[in-house]
Amino acid sequence: MSDKQKRGLSVSSEGEKAEHKAVLSRRKFMGDTLKTACGTALLGLGMGTYSRQASSFPAGTIRPPGALSEDEFLGACIRCGLCVRDCPYDMLRLAELGEQVALGTPYFVAREKPCEMCEDIPCAAACPTNALSHELKKIEDARMGLAVLIDQEECIAFQGLRCEVCFNVCPVQGEAITIEMHHNRRSGKHAMFIPVVHSDTCTGCGKCEKACILEEAAIKVLPTHLAKGLPGTHYRLGWEQKDKAGGSLVKPDIEHQYNLPEGVRYDYNQGGLELPPEAKLEHDTPFSSNPLDSLKKLQNQENK
Amino acid sequence: MMVKSSERHQVPSQQAVEKKGWWRAHKWFILRRVVQLGILALFLAGPLLGVWIVKGNMASSLTLEVLALSDPYVMLQGLMVGHFPTTEGLIGIAIVLVFYTLVGGRVYCSWVCPVNIVTDTAAWVRRKLGIKVSSQFSRSSRYWLLGLTLVLPLITGVIVWELFNPVSLMFRGIIFGMGWAWMVILAIFVFDIFVSQRGWCGHLCPVGAFYSLLGQKSLVRVSAYNREQCDDCNDCFVVCPEPKVIRPALKGADKGIGSLIDEGNCTNCGRCIDVCDEDVFKFSSRFKG
Repeated sequence: MSDKQKRGLSVSSEGEKAEHKAVLSRRKFMGDTLKTACGTALLGLGMGTYSRQASSFPAGTIRPPGALSEDEFLGACIRCGLCVRDCPYDMLRLAELGEQVALGTPYFVAREKPCEMCEDIPCAAACPTNALSHELKKIEDARMGLAVLIDQEECIAFQGLRCEVCFNVCPVQGEAITIEMHHNRRSGKHAMFIPVVHSDTCTGCGKCEKACILEEAAIKVLPTHLAKGLPGTHYRLGWEQKDKAGGSLVKPDIEHQYNLPEGVRYDYNQGGLELPPEAKLEHDTPFSSNPLDSLKKLQNQENK
Repeated sequence: MMVKSSERHQVPSQQAVEKKGWWRAHKWFILRRVVQLGILALFLAGPLLGVWIVKGNMASSLTLEVLALSDPYVMLQGLMVGHFPTTEGLIGIAIVLVFYTLVGGRVYCSWVCPVNIVTDTAAWVRRKLGIKVSSQFSRSSRYWLLGLTLVLPLITGVIVWELFNPVSLMFRGIIFGMGWAWMVILAIFVFDIFVSQRGWCGHLCPVGAFYSLLGQKSLVRVSAYNREQCDDCNDCFVVCPEPKVIRPALKGADKGIGSLIDEGNCTNCGRCIDVCDEDVFKFSSRFKG
Protein backbone atom coordinates (compact mmCIF):
# COMPACT_ATOMS: atom_id res chain seq x y z
CA MET A 1 0.00 0.00 0.00
CA SER A 2 1.41 3.33 -1.03
CA ASP A 3 1.58 6.29 1.24
CA LYS A 4 -1.24 8.04 -0.52
CA GLN A 5 -3.49 5.00 -0.39
CA LYS A 6 -2.92 4.78 3.32
CA ARG A 7 -4.20 8.32 3.61
CA GLY A 8 -7.33 7.33 1.80
CA LEU A 9 -6.34 8.53 -1.64
CA SER A 10 -6.17 6.18 -4.56
CA VAL A 11 -3.98 7.12 -7.48
CA SER A 12 -5.25 6.38 -10.96
CA SER A 13 -5.05 9.00 -13.67
CA GLU A 14 -2.88 12.10 -14.19
CA GLY A 15 -5.83 14.43 -13.71
CA GLU A 16 -6.71 12.85 -10.42
CA LYS A 17 -3.10 13.02 -9.38
CA ALA A 18 -3.13 16.78 -9.74
CA GLU A 19 -6.38 16.92 -7.88
CA HIS A 20 -4.93 14.82 -5.06
CA LYS A 21 -1.94 17.08 -4.96
CA ALA A 22 -4.28 20.03 -4.52
CA VAL A 23 -6.15 18.19 -1.79
CA LEU A 24 -2.91 17.40 -0.03
CA SER A 25 -1.63 20.94 -0.24
CA ARG A 26 -5.00 22.14 0.98
CA ARG A 27 -4.71 19.69 3.87
CA LYS A 28 -1.21 20.87 4.60
CA PHE A 29 -2.39 24.46 4.50
CA MET A 30 -5.29 23.72 6.85
CA GLY A 31 -3.01 21.75 9.15
CA ASP A 32 -0.39 24.48 9.25
CA THR A 33 -2.97 27.16 9.79
CA LEU A 34 -4.58 25.22 12.61
CA LYS A 35 -1.19 24.61 14.17
CA THR A 36 -0.25 28.30 14.04
CA ALA A 37 -3.67 29.37 15.26
CA CYS A 38 -3.52 27.02 18.25
CA GLY A 39 0.02 28.11 19.04
CA THR A 40 -1.01 31.74 18.86
CA ALA A 41 -4.04 31.16 21.07
CA LEU A 42 -1.95 29.34 23.69
CA LEU A 43 0.64 32.09 23.64
CA GLY A 44 -2.13 34.66 23.98
CA LEU A 45 -3.54 32.86 26.99
CA GLY A 46 -0.11 32.79 28.62
CA MET A 47 0.66 36.41 27.90
CA GLY A 48 -2.80 37.59 28.94
CA THR A 49 -2.60 35.74 32.24
CA TYR A 50 0.88 37.04 32.93
CA SER A 51 -0.24 40.58 32.18
CA ARG A 52 -2.90 40.28 34.88
CA GLN A 53 -0.23 39.33 37.41
CA ALA A 54 2.17 41.96 36.19
CA SER A 55 -0.43 44.66 36.66
CA SER A 56 -0.26 44.42 40.44
CA PHE A 57 1.66 47.56 41.24
CA PRO A 58 3.63 46.97 44.43
CA ALA A 59 3.21 49.30 47.40
CA GLY A 60 6.43 51.19 48.05
CA THR A 61 6.74 52.26 44.43
CA ILE A 62 5.03 55.41 43.20
CA ARG A 63 3.92 56.51 39.73
CA PRO A 64 4.88 60.01 38.54
CA PRO A 65 2.37 62.85 39.09
CA GLY A 66 -0.72 62.79 36.90
CA ALA A 67 -0.57 59.03 36.34
CA LEU A 68 -3.91 57.47 35.47
CA SER A 69 -5.27 54.76 37.75
CA GLU A 70 -3.02 51.71 37.55
CA ASP A 71 -5.41 49.72 35.35
CA GLU A 72 -5.68 52.52 32.82
CA PHE A 73 -2.03 53.42 33.08
CA LEU A 74 -0.93 50.01 31.83
CA GLY A 75 -3.08 50.48 28.77
CA ALA A 76 -1.82 53.97 28.04
CA CYS A 77 1.89 54.05 28.93
CA ILE A 78 4.11 53.11 25.99
CA ARG A 79 7.28 52.93 28.11
CA CYS A 80 9.16 55.58 26.12
CA GLY A 81 10.90 57.08 29.12
CA LEU A 82 10.37 60.70 28.09
CA CYS A 83 9.06 61.45 31.61
CA VAL A 84 12.25 59.97 33.04
CA ARG A 85 14.36 62.21 30.84
CA ASP A 86 12.40 65.37 31.57
CA CYS A 87 12.51 64.99 35.34
CA PRO A 88 15.05 67.64 36.40
CA TYR A 89 15.80 65.73 39.60
CA ASP A 90 16.36 62.41 37.84
CA MET A 91 14.26 60.49 40.33
CA LEU A 92 12.15 58.49 37.89
CA ARG A 93 13.19 55.20 36.36
CA LEU A 94 11.76 52.59 34.02
CA ALA A 95 11.13 49.13 35.43
CA GLU A 96 13.65 46.62 34.15
CA LEU A 97 12.97 42.97 33.47
CA GLY A 98 12.91 41.10 36.76
CA GLU A 99 11.51 43.98 38.81
CA GLN A 100 8.05 43.78 40.33
CA VAL A 101 6.75 46.83 38.50
CA ALA A 102 5.25 46.21 35.04
CA LEU A 103 8.12 46.09 32.54
CA GLY A 104 9.30 49.41 31.20
CA THR A 105 6.87 51.61 33.13
CA PRO A 106 8.08 54.66 35.08
CA TYR A 107 8.08 54.83 38.87
CA PHE A 108 10.01 56.20 41.81
CA VAL A 109 10.80 55.05 45.31
CA ALA A 110 10.09 57.76 47.88
CA ARG A 111 12.68 56.62 50.38
CA GLU A 112 15.41 56.92 47.73
CA LYS A 113 14.36 60.03 45.81
CA PRO A 114 10.97 61.64 46.37
CA CYS A 115 9.09 63.84 43.91
CA GLU A 116 10.23 67.45 44.14
CA MET A 117 6.84 68.69 42.92
CA CYS A 118 8.00 70.98 40.08
CA GLU A 119 5.42 73.66 39.39
CA ASP A 120 5.41 73.03 35.63
CA ILE A 121 5.20 69.20 36.01
CA PRO A 122 7.70 68.50 33.17
CA CYS A 123 7.32 64.71 33.43
CA ALA A 124 3.61 64.79 32.73
CA ALA A 125 4.06 67.39 30.00
CA ALA A 126 6.50 65.09 28.21
CA CYS A 127 4.10 62.14 28.07
CA PRO A 128 2.99 61.49 24.48
CA THR A 129 -0.03 59.37 25.43
CA ASN A 130 -1.59 61.13 28.42
CA ALA A 131 -0.73 58.16 30.60
CA LEU A 132 0.53 61.02 32.76
CA SER A 133 -2.47 63.24 32.32
CA HIS A 134 -1.92 66.68 30.85
CA GLU A 135 -5.06 67.74 32.65
CA LEU A 136 -3.05 68.01 35.83
CA LYS A 137 -2.27 71.74 35.89
CA LYS A 138 -1.31 72.32 39.51
CA ILE A 139 1.16 69.98 41.13
CA GLU A 140 -0.73 70.44 44.43
CA ASP A 141 -3.61 68.57 42.79
CA ALA A 142 -1.43 65.52 42.12
CA ARG A 143 -2.39 62.39 44.03
CA MET A 144 0.56 60.05 43.60
CA GLY A 145 -0.39 58.20 46.76
CA LEU A 146 -1.11 59.06 50.35
CA ALA A 147 1.34 59.41 53.22
CA VAL A 148 0.39 57.32 56.22
CA LEU A 149 2.04 57.47 59.64
CA ILE A 150 2.03 53.74 59.53
CA ASP A 151 4.11 52.82 62.57
CA GLN A 152 2.75 54.55 65.64
CA GLU A 153 4.93 52.45 67.91
CA GLU A 154 8.32 53.47 66.57
CA CYS A 155 7.56 57.05 65.47
CA ILE A 156 9.41 59.05 68.11
CA ALA A 157 6.61 61.59 68.37
CA PHE A 158 4.64 58.83 70.05
CA GLN A 159 7.45 58.43 72.59
CA GLY A 160 6.80 62.03 73.55
CA LEU A 161 9.97 63.21 71.78
CA ARG A 162 10.06 66.28 69.58
CA CYS A 163 10.79 65.48 65.91
CA GLU A 164 8.26 66.89 63.40
CA VAL A 165 10.72 66.40 60.54
CA CYS A 166 7.95 65.09 58.28
CA PHE A 167 5.85 68.13 59.11
CA ASN A 168 8.73 70.47 58.33
CA VAL A 169 9.71 68.97 54.96
CA CYS A 170 6.16 68.69 53.68
CA PRO A 171 5.83 70.86 50.55
CA VAL A 172 2.15 71.52 51.27
CA GLN A 173 3.27 72.79 54.62
CA GLY A 174 0.85 72.99 57.46
CA GLU A 175 -1.91 71.51 55.36
CA ALA A 176 -1.01 67.99 54.29
CA ILE A 177 0.64 67.30 57.65
CA THR A 178 -0.38 69.09 60.82
CA ILE A 179 0.86 68.60 64.35
CA GLU A 180 -1.70 67.75 67.00
CA MET A 181 -0.93 67.85 70.65
CA HIS A 182 -1.89 64.89 72.79
CA HIS A 183 -1.44 64.25 76.49
CA ASN A 184 1.69 62.31 77.30
CA ARG A 185 0.47 59.68 79.69
CA ARG A 186 3.97 58.34 80.40
CA SER A 187 5.30 61.53 81.95
CA GLY A 188 1.89 62.74 82.99
CA LYS A 189 2.74 66.36 82.41
CA HIS A 190 4.06 66.74 78.86
CA ALA A 191 2.49 66.92 75.44
CA MET A 192 3.13 64.63 72.46
CA PHE A 193 3.42 66.43 69.12
CA ILE A 194 1.76 63.98 66.74
CA PRO A 195 1.98 64.47 62.97
CA VAL A 196 -1.37 63.91 61.25
CA VAL A 197 -1.71 63.51 57.47
CA HIS A 198 -4.72 64.98 55.68
CA SER A 199 -5.77 63.16 52.56
CA ASP A 200 -7.49 66.18 51.00
CA THR A 201 -4.15 67.96 50.55
CA CYS A 202 -1.42 65.26 50.61
CA THR A 203 0.03 64.77 47.09
CA GLY A 204 1.94 61.60 47.93
CA CYS A 205 5.25 63.16 46.89
CA GLY A 206 7.12 61.10 49.48
CA LYS A 207 9.28 63.86 50.99
CA CYS A 208 8.10 62.90 54.48
CA GLU A 209 9.00 59.25 53.91
CA LYS A 210 12.42 60.26 52.60
CA ALA A 211 13.04 62.56 55.58
CA CYS A 212 11.84 60.26 58.38
CA ILE A 213 14.72 59.95 60.80
CA LEU A 214 14.16 56.27 61.62
CA GLU A 215 16.16 53.43 60.04
CA GLU A 216 12.93 52.34 58.40
CA ALA A 217 10.49 55.19 57.81
CA ALA A 218 7.50 55.29 60.16
CA ILE A 219 5.62 57.44 57.67
CA LYS A 220 5.19 55.92 54.23
CA VAL A 221 3.44 56.83 51.01
CA LEU A 222 0.98 54.10 50.08
CA PRO A 223 -1.19 53.71 47.01
CA THR A 224 -4.35 55.62 47.83
CA HIS A 225 -6.56 52.55 47.61
CA LEU A 226 -4.48 50.90 50.35
CA ALA A 227 -4.29 53.99 52.53
CA LYS A 228 -7.88 55.20 52.39
CA GLY A 229 -11.03 53.78 53.87
CA LEU A 230 -14.42 54.56 52.38
CA PRO A 231 -17.56 54.91 54.48
CA GLY A 232 -20.84 53.53 53.19
CA THR A 233 -22.50 55.98 50.82
CA HIS A 234 -25.56 56.14 53.07
CA TYR A 235 -23.48 57.16 56.08
CA ARG A 236 -24.16 60.64 57.55
CA LEU A 237 -22.56 62.41 60.48
CA GLY A 238 -25.27 63.84 62.74
CA TRP A 239 -23.50 67.03 63.70
CA GLU A 240 -22.66 67.88 60.12
CA GLN A 241 -26.24 67.34 59.05
CA LYS A 242 -27.40 69.48 61.98
CA ASP A 243 -25.12 72.34 60.89
CA LYS A 244 -26.25 72.00 57.31
CA ALA A 245 -29.95 72.07 58.25
CA GLY A 246 -29.43 74.84 60.78
CA GLY A 247 -30.97 72.79 63.56
CA SER A 248 -31.60 69.32 64.76
CA LEU A 249 -33.39 67.08 62.31
CA VAL A 250 -34.88 64.96 65.10
CA LYS A 251 -36.87 65.84 68.19
CA PRO A 252 -34.55 66.96 71.01
CA ASP A 253 -33.69 64.29 73.54
CA ILE A 254 -35.63 64.19 76.78
CA GLU A 255 -33.31 65.59 79.41
CA HIS A 256 -31.87 62.90 81.60
CA GLN A 257 -33.40 62.74 85.07
CA TYR A 258 -30.80 62.33 87.80
CA ASN A 259 -31.94 60.95 91.10
CA LEU A 260 -30.54 63.75 93.25
CA PRO A 261 -31.60 65.53 96.45
CA GLU A 262 -34.12 68.30 96.02
CA GLY A 263 -32.68 71.45 94.48
CA VAL A 264 -29.46 69.73 93.33
CA ARG A 265 -28.98 69.30 89.63
CA TYR A 266 -26.27 67.87 87.42
CA ASP A 267 -24.86 69.96 84.59
CA TYR A 268 -23.62 67.34 82.14
CA ASN A 269 -21.94 69.87 79.87
CA GLN A 270 -19.24 70.98 82.27
CA GLY A 271 -20.44 72.22 85.58
CA GLY A 272 -20.88 68.90 87.35
CA LEU A 273 -22.97 68.94 90.53
CA GLU A 274 -24.87 72.16 91.12
CA LEU A 275 -26.06 72.77 94.66
CA PRO A 276 -29.14 74.85 95.42
CA PRO A 277 -28.52 78.56 96.16
CA GLU A 278 -29.21 78.24 99.91
CA ALA A 279 -26.48 75.57 100.19
CA LYS A 280 -23.99 78.08 98.90
CA LEU A 281 -24.76 80.59 101.71
CA GLU A 282 -21.92 81.31 104.06
CA HIS A 283 -22.09 79.12 107.12
CA ASP A 284 -21.17 80.20 110.58
CA THR A 285 -18.15 78.01 111.06
CA PRO A 286 -15.58 78.03 113.90
CA PHE A 287 -12.92 78.64 111.31
CA SER A 288 -12.67 81.94 109.60
CA SER A 289 -11.18 82.17 106.14
CA ASN A 290 -9.34 85.34 107.22
CA PRO A 291 -6.06 84.47 109.06
CA LEU A 292 -6.21 87.89 110.84
CA ASP A 293 -9.34 86.70 112.59
CA SER A 294 -7.34 83.93 114.23
CA LEU A 295 -4.73 86.43 115.47
CA LYS A 296 -7.46 88.71 116.82
CA LYS A 297 -8.97 85.72 118.61
CA LEU A 298 -5.60 84.89 120.22
CA GLN A 299 -5.11 88.52 121.29
CA ASN A 300 -8.58 88.62 122.78
CA GLN A 301 -7.86 85.44 124.78
CA GLU A 302 -4.52 86.90 126.07
CA ASN A 303 -6.20 90.16 127.02
CA LYS A 304 -8.75 88.27 129.04
CA MET B 1 39.29 29.58 -7.82
CA MET B 2 36.48 27.12 -7.33
CA VAL B 3 35.03 26.65 -3.93
CA LYS B 4 32.89 23.71 -2.86
CA SER B 5 29.29 24.81 -2.54
CA SER B 6 28.96 23.75 1.12
CA GLU B 7 32.07 25.71 2.05
CA ARG B 8 31.03 28.53 -0.14
CA HIS B 9 27.80 28.98 1.79
CA GLN B 10 29.68 29.27 5.00
CA VAL B 11 31.39 32.36 3.58
CA PRO B 12 28.95 33.67 0.99
CA SER B 13 30.79 36.95 0.46
CA GLN B 14 34.11 35.32 -0.46
CA GLN B 15 33.68 35.45 -4.24
CA ALA B 16 32.40 39.00 -4.04
CA VAL B 17 35.40 40.07 -1.97
CA GLU B 18 37.75 38.54 -4.48
CA LYS B 19 36.03 40.17 -7.41
CA LYS B 20 34.84 43.53 -6.04
CA GLY B 21 37.14 44.10 -3.10
CA TRP B 22 36.27 44.00 0.61
CA TRP B 23 34.55 47.36 0.84
CA ARG B 24 32.14 46.83 -2.06
CA ALA B 25 31.35 43.35 -0.76
CA HIS B 26 30.41 44.79 2.65
CA LYS B 27 29.28 48.31 1.88
CA TRP B 28 25.60 48.09 2.76
CA PHE B 29 26.30 45.81 5.69
CA ILE B 30 28.72 48.32 7.20
CA LEU B 31 26.43 51.26 6.45
CA ARG B 32 23.56 49.50 8.19
CA ARG B 33 25.62 48.81 11.27
CA VAL B 34 26.79 52.43 11.33
CA VAL B 35 23.18 53.60 11.18
CA GLN B 36 21.97 51.12 13.81
CA LEU B 37 24.78 51.90 16.24
CA GLY B 38 24.60 55.58 15.38
CA ILE B 39 20.95 55.73 16.42
CA LEU B 40 21.82 54.00 19.68
CA ALA B 41 24.71 56.42 20.17
CA LEU B 42 22.42 59.42 19.68
CA PHE B 43 20.10 58.09 22.38
CA LEU B 44 23.00 57.21 24.66
CA ALA B 45 24.81 60.54 24.31
CA GLY B 46 22.32 62.06 26.75
CA PRO B 47 22.53 59.68 29.68
CA LEU B 48 26.24 58.89 29.20
CA LEU B 49 27.77 62.20 28.14
CA GLY B 50 25.08 64.69 29.08
CA VAL B 51 24.67 65.71 25.42
CA TRP B 52 20.92 65.65 24.92
CA ILE B 53 20.26 65.17 21.23
CA VAL B 54 17.51 62.59 21.44
CA LYS B 55 15.40 61.77 24.49
CA GLY B 56 13.18 58.76 25.10
CA ASN B 57 13.43 55.55 23.14
CA MET B 58 12.01 53.94 20.00
CA ALA B 59 8.47 53.91 21.42
CA SER B 60 8.50 57.68 21.48
CA SER B 61 11.31 60.16 21.28
CA LEU B 62 12.05 63.84 21.07
CA THR B 63 14.99 65.06 18.99
CA LEU B 64 16.55 68.44 19.80
CA GLU B 65 13.37 69.36 21.70
CA VAL B 66 11.58 69.73 18.35
CA LEU B 67 11.16 66.55 16.37
CA ALA B 68 8.71 64.14 18.02
CA LEU B 69 8.72 60.59 16.70
CA SER B 70 6.49 57.76 17.87
CA ASP B 71 6.29 54.08 17.02
CA PRO B 72 2.93 53.58 15.28
CA TYR B 73 2.81 49.91 16.26
CA VAL B 74 3.20 50.57 19.98
CA MET B 75 0.76 53.47 19.76
CA LEU B 76 -1.72 51.25 17.92
CA GLN B 77 -1.64 48.81 20.82
CA GLY B 78 -2.55 51.66 23.14
CA LEU B 79 -5.27 52.73 20.76
CA MET B 80 -6.74 49.23 21.00
CA VAL B 81 -7.24 49.87 24.72
CA GLY B 82 -8.87 53.18 23.87
CA HIS B 83 -6.07 55.61 24.69
CA PHE B 84 -5.65 58.33 22.14
CA PRO B 85 -2.17 59.87 21.84
CA THR B 86 -1.51 63.57 22.39
CA THR B 87 -0.96 65.92 19.45
CA GLU B 88 2.82 65.43 19.71
CA GLY B 89 2.20 61.71 19.71
CA LEU B 90 0.03 61.91 16.60
CA ILE B 91 2.55 64.04 14.73
CA GLY B 92 5.26 61.57 15.71
CA ILE B 93 3.22 58.66 14.40
CA ALA B 94 2.47 60.46 11.13
CA ILE B 95 6.14 61.24 10.43
CA VAL B 96 7.19 57.65 11.11
CA LEU B 97 4.33 56.22 9.03
CA VAL B 98 5.17 58.40 6.04
CA PHE B 99 8.89 57.69 6.31
CA TYR B 100 8.58 53.90 6.36
CA THR B 101 5.87 53.87 3.72
CA LEU B 102 8.34 55.61 1.42
CA VAL B 103 11.62 53.85 2.20
CA GLY B 104 10.16 50.40 2.96
CA GLY B 105 8.56 49.31 6.22
CA ARG B 106 11.09 46.70 7.10
CA VAL B 107 13.90 49.17 6.75
CA TYR B 108 13.05 49.53 10.43
CA CYS B 109 14.15 45.92 10.90
CA SER B 110 17.46 46.01 9.08
CA TRP B 111 18.57 49.61 9.56
CA VAL B 112 17.20 50.52 13.00
CA CYS B 113 16.21 47.57 15.17
CA PRO B 114 19.03 46.43 17.48
CA VAL B 115 17.69 42.85 17.58
CA ASN B 116 18.70 42.64 13.91
CA ILE B 117 22.35 42.75 14.96
CA VAL B 118 21.71 39.78 17.24
CA THR B 119 19.85 37.70 14.68
CA ASP B 120 22.21 38.55 11.80
CA THR B 121 25.05 37.40 14.02
CA ALA B 122 23.10 34.26 14.89
CA ALA B 123 22.60 33.53 11.20
CA TRP B 124 26.33 34.04 10.63
CA VAL B 125 27.21 31.66 13.51
CA ARG B 126 24.72 29.17 12.13
CA ARG B 127 26.42 29.24 8.73
CA LYS B 128 29.87 28.96 10.30
CA LEU B 129 28.80 25.94 12.34
CA GLY B 130 27.10 24.47 9.30
CA ILE B 131 23.86 23.82 11.18
CA LYS B 132 21.23 22.64 8.77
CA VAL B 133 18.48 21.47 11.13
CA SER B 134 15.74 24.00 11.61
CA SER B 135 12.28 23.60 13.02
CA GLN B 136 9.85 25.09 10.60
CA PHE B 137 7.41 27.77 11.54
CA SER B 138 5.18 29.25 8.98
CA ARG B 139 6.46 32.67 7.93
CA SER B 140 2.90 33.81 8.42
CA SER B 141 3.16 33.11 12.17
CA ARG B 142 4.24 36.71 12.64
CA TYR B 143 0.93 37.98 11.27
CA TRP B 144 -0.94 35.76 13.68
CA LEU B 145 1.20 37.17 16.48
CA LEU B 146 0.61 40.68 15.18
CA GLY B 147 -3.12 40.03 15.35
CA LEU B 148 -2.75 38.59 18.84
CA THR B 149 -0.82 41.60 20.12
CA LEU B 150 -3.60 43.86 18.89
CA VAL B 151 -6.44 41.72 20.26
CA LEU B 152 -4.95 41.17 23.72
CA PRO B 153 -5.10 44.87 24.70
CA LEU B 154 -8.73 44.86 23.65
CA ILE B 155 -9.48 42.01 26.06
CA THR B 156 -7.20 42.85 28.97
CA GLY B 157 -7.00 46.64 28.81
CA VAL B 158 -3.23 46.32 29.10
CA ILE B 159 -0.61 46.77 26.36
CA VAL B 160 0.30 43.14 26.91
CA TRP B 161 2.89 42.79 24.17
CA GLU B 162 5.05 45.54 25.62
CA LEU B 163 5.58 43.32 28.66
CA PHE B 164 7.39 40.91 26.34
CA ASN B 165 8.43 42.69 23.13
CA PRO B 166 12.15 41.89 22.72
CA VAL B 167 12.54 44.79 20.30
CA SER B 168 11.47 47.45 22.81
CA LEU B 169 13.09 45.43 25.58
CA MET B 170 16.50 45.54 23.97
CA PHE B 171 16.42 49.14 22.83
CA ARG B 172 15.06 50.39 26.14
CA GLY B 173 17.45 48.10 27.97
CA ILE B 174 20.49 49.62 26.29
CA ILE B 175 19.35 53.17 27.01
CA PHE B 176 17.58 52.90 30.36
CA GLY B 177 19.03 49.74 31.94
CA MET B 178 18.81 46.06 31.06
CA GLY B 179 17.84 44.21 34.21
CA TRP B 180 17.41 40.63 33.10
CA ALA B 181 16.55 41.66 29.55
CA TRP B 182 19.87 40.32 28.26
CA MET B 183 18.47 36.84 28.96
CA VAL B 184 15.75 37.46 26.40
CA ILE B 185 18.30 38.67 23.86
CA LEU B 186 20.46 35.62 24.53
CA ALA B 187 17.39 33.41 24.16
CA ILE B 188 16.68 34.85 20.71
CA PHE B 189 20.33 34.41 19.74
CA VAL B 190 20.34 30.74 20.79
CA PHE B 191 16.90 30.16 19.26
CA ASP B 192 18.04 31.52 15.90
CA ILE B 193 21.24 29.47 15.90
CA PHE B 194 20.02 26.12 17.14
CA VAL B 195 16.25 25.99 16.86
CA SER B 196 15.05 27.85 13.83
CA GLN B 197 16.94 29.53 11.01
CA ARG B 198 16.03 33.23 10.90
CA GLY B 199 13.41 32.17 13.44
CA TRP B 200 12.74 35.40 15.25
CA CYS B 201 12.97 38.16 12.65
CA GLY B 202 11.91 36.04 9.71
CA HIS B 203 9.01 34.12 11.20
CA LEU B 204 7.76 35.32 14.56
CA CYS B 205 8.39 39.00 15.25
CA PRO B 206 5.09 40.93 15.12
CA VAL B 207 6.96 44.25 14.99
CA GLY B 208 8.48 43.22 11.67
CA ALA B 209 5.07 41.96 10.55
CA PHE B 210 3.57 45.37 11.24
CA TYR B 211 6.31 47.20 9.35
CA SER B 212 6.09 44.76 6.44
CA LEU B 213 2.50 45.89 6.01
CA LEU B 214 3.66 49.51 5.90
CA GLY B 215 6.21 48.75 3.22
CA GLN B 216 3.96 46.98 0.71
CA LYS B 217 4.25 49.75 -1.84
CA SER B 218 7.41 51.55 -0.84
CA LEU B 219 9.40 53.72 -3.20
CA VAL B 220 12.85 52.43 -2.38
CA ARG B 221 13.33 48.81 -3.51
CA VAL B 222 16.12 46.49 -4.44
CA SER B 223 16.11 45.54 -8.09
CA ALA B 224 17.66 42.47 -9.76
CA TYR B 225 18.22 44.77 -12.73
CA ASN B 226 21.11 42.68 -14.00
CA ARG B 227 19.41 39.34 -13.54
CA GLU B 228 20.59 37.82 -16.81
CA GLN B 229 24.11 37.93 -15.30
CA CYS B 230 23.04 35.62 -12.43
CA ASP B 231 25.33 32.57 -12.31
CA ASP B 232 23.14 30.69 -9.82
CA CYS B 233 25.75 30.75 -7.09
CA ASN B 234 22.95 31.03 -4.51
CA ASP B 235 24.91 33.47 -2.30
CA CYS B 236 22.08 36.00 -2.19
CA PHE B 237 19.62 33.35 -0.99
CA VAL B 238 22.06 32.30 1.72
CA VAL B 239 22.50 35.77 3.17
CA CYS B 240 18.96 37.01 2.64
CA PRO B 241 16.86 37.13 5.84
CA GLU B 242 13.72 36.68 3.71
CA PRO B 243 14.96 34.48 0.82
CA LYS B 244 11.48 34.02 -0.62
CA VAL B 245 11.35 37.62 -1.77
CA ILE B 246 14.29 37.22 -4.16
CA ARG B 247 13.06 34.38 -6.38
CA PRO B 248 10.27 36.10 -8.33
CA ALA B 249 12.41 39.09 -9.24
CA LEU B 250 15.58 37.12 -9.96
CA LYS B 251 14.09 34.12 -11.74
CA GLY B 252 10.79 35.44 -13.01
CA ALA B 253 11.98 36.81 -16.34
CA ASP B 254 10.30 34.10 -18.41
CA LYS B 255 7.08 34.46 -16.40
CA GLY B 256 7.06 38.17 -17.16
CA ILE B 257 7.75 39.23 -13.59
CA GLY B 258 9.64 42.49 -13.27
CA SER B 259 13.12 42.66 -11.78
CA LEU B 260 11.98 44.77 -8.81
CA ILE B 261 11.86 42.95 -5.48
CA ASP B 262 8.41 44.24 -4.72
CA GLU B 263 7.64 42.50 -1.46
CA GLY B 264 6.71 44.03 1.87
CA ASN B 265 8.98 41.60 3.66
CA CYS B 266 12.16 42.62 1.85
CA THR B 267 14.03 44.55 4.54
CA ASN B 268 16.07 46.61 2.05
CA CYS B 269 19.18 45.48 3.90
CA GLY B 270 21.18 45.39 0.69
CA ARG B 271 23.16 42.33 1.70
CA CYS B 272 22.31 40.67 -1.64
CA ILE B 273 23.87 43.65 -3.41
CA ASP B 274 27.02 43.16 -1.31
CA VAL B 275 27.52 39.44 -1.82
CA CYS B 276 26.68 39.24 -5.52
CA ASP B 277 29.92 39.11 -7.43
CA GLU B 278 28.05 39.59 -10.71
CA ASP B 279 26.47 42.86 -9.53
CA VAL B 280 22.97 41.61 -10.28
CA PHE B 281 21.29 43.76 -7.62
CA LYS B 282 21.15 47.44 -6.86
CA PHE B 283 18.99 49.86 -4.91
CA SER B 284 16.37 51.29 -7.19
CA SER B 285 12.89 52.71 -6.97
CA ARG B 286 9.54 51.25 -7.80
CA PHE B 287 9.20 53.62 -10.76
CA LYS B 288 12.50 52.65 -12.35
CA GLY B 289 12.10 48.88 -11.87
